Amino acid sequence: MTAVPKTPDAGLEAQIGQWRGYVQRHRVISPDDVDELEGHLRDRVADLEEAGLTGDEAFAVAVKRLGVLDEVSREFAREHSERLWKQLVLSPELTQASPARSGRELGQVLALAVAAAVAIKVPELVGYDVTEDGPWYARNVGLLVLPFLAGYFAWKRRTGWARSLLLLAPSFALGALAANAYPYTDGGATEVLVVIHLPILLWLVVGLAYVGGDWRSHPRRMDFIRFTGEWVVYYTLLALGGGVLVGLTLAGFAAIGLEISSFFAEWVLPCGATGAVLVAAWLVEAKQSVVENIAPVLTRVFTPLTTLMLLAFLVAIPATGNVVDVDRDLLILVDLILVLVLGLLLYAISARHPQAPPDLFDRLQLLLVLSALLVDVLMLGAMLIRITEFGASPNKTAALGLNLILLANLAWSASLSVGFLRRRRPFSALERWQTTYLPVYAAWAAVVVVVFPPAFGYA
Amino acid sequence: MHIDKDLVAASATPLVLGILAEGESYGYAILKQVNELSAGEMTWTDGMMYPLLHRLERLGYVRACWRVAASGRRRRHYAITPAGVQLLSERRRQWAVVTHALNRVWAEAAPLAPATAVAGPSR
Repeated sequence: MTAVPKTPDAGLEAQIGQWRGYVQRHRVISPDDVDELEGHLRDRVADLEEAGLTGDEAFAVAVKRLGVLDEVSREFAREHSERLWKQLVLSPELTQASPARSGRELGQVLALAVAAAVAIKVPELVGYDVTEDGPWYARNVGLLVLPFLAGYFAWKRRTGWARSLLLLAPSFALGALAANAYPYTDGGATEVLVVIHLPILLWLVVGLAYVGGDWRSHPRRMDFIRFTGEWVVYYTLLALGGGVLVGLTLAGFAAIGLEISSFFAEWVLPCGATGAVLVAAWLVEAKQSVVENIAPVLTRVFTPLTTLMLLAFLVAIPATGNVVDVDRDLLILVDLILVLVLGLLLYAISARHPQAPPDLFDRLQLLLVLSALLVDVLMLGAMLIRITEFGASPNKTAALGLNLILLANLAWSASLSVGFLRRRRPFSALERWQTTYLPVYAAWAAVVVVVFPPAFGYA
Repeated sequence: MHIDKDLVAASATPLVLGILAEGESYGYAILKQVNELSAGEMTWTDGMMYPLLHRLERLGYVRACWRVAASGRRRRHYAITPAGVQLLSERRRQWAVVTHALNRVWAEAAPLAPATAVAGPSR
């Protein structure tokens, strides 16, 4: 190929400029990729001109050889699913259909939100009382709300009724059975464990609906992880905004002498909190590209801070004395911290550009994982000693199981991170490890919900 | 000649990796080389080359970096990684088995239809 700089051909430049604008509208093709394609186009045009074609002819042939743009961009989308996540449209038919459908979607979401809010109040109408039957509500809250979220995704992904039922109904039925058929002791540990683990299990079942039944696909699983992270952000924002609004309203009414706080506590709070589950999900789906800018910022802020906290913790535990005698609550608290670390790691992975070379942040992240590992091992030792000394209790066993699960995940994550930093492994290995691990959480949550209560005599 | 798209898809990775094993290259040059190697019989849709290269990059089989060409334009160059070399040798063994079996079965079968047989030597 000759690399003689050609005299710029104004007509050709204009055509290429136009073509570039057209390609850029396919947002799955990033600016760098457009540069790459443009370079290709220019090389092809140069070769064709050398073979005797005029500028116009050469441009036409070169563009044609690049392929139908929609097909090419679909191929790009398949490869770069993280870009697809920025709500990118695959084909023109979808773009044209979207205004009508998105209008219909909002209606659908609001209807589902109202239905979920009704579902949370129906038990009260048939005689349950939130204050007296608090434990019942706590066990069933996920079962009352999450089917609507699953229904939303089944509708949105057009999974079909029969398939959705087959996919989701067994897990929800099993959850309902475990939450209601077991004779729990009032305030027993197994009941509390079910209250904590059932929503987690059901959330992962919602994931099945989210991926449209395509649960074998690792990119789709990653999308669900992203969704979960963004959903938490949106839900928190909605809750904060709602809280401020409620506070102002209550204060306003109190100022004019009307006491409405019981109405708020009985109706506005439960219905609002329930409806917000669906609205937050819809916001994530509809406005993905907005929050996308928040996720990397949040992880960059909280990764170093969490690392500092863990390191301070590691120094503080031995300094205060015996590791074995640490409070039982501390063990559970540490488990929560480790869950937070894992969440942060997942969130960071889902927000990261998989092709970017390792940078300082990846090192920081490895430090976070390593310090979490140290804390985990320390706690694991304390737990094992407690169990051999005082015997197994539901809480200790659940904490131990969770600890082992987190240990396995963090240990292998650390090893993959080191491989990535040394450029021995691609970043995608870490991504894939996390998506492969997802079913483990579901399985463990299912074990705690279904097996623990009978195994520990419903205590 | 039109080659079935499944066959193109299956052979694309080893072909690209094989070309990159010879040395660093960029999308357009790789396509041209595929064209030359197959005596013009294999033509890919140009645009499809890039998602493939990006996939190989994500999986760690190739490494990419931007370089400035003599013409002053930026070009994305791809180079094979050790993992890519390993994959290539695996694929090579697999393809050897497949082509060996195909050659044997075709040695026993009837010769190719005349239309294709004539088209071959005419180049």
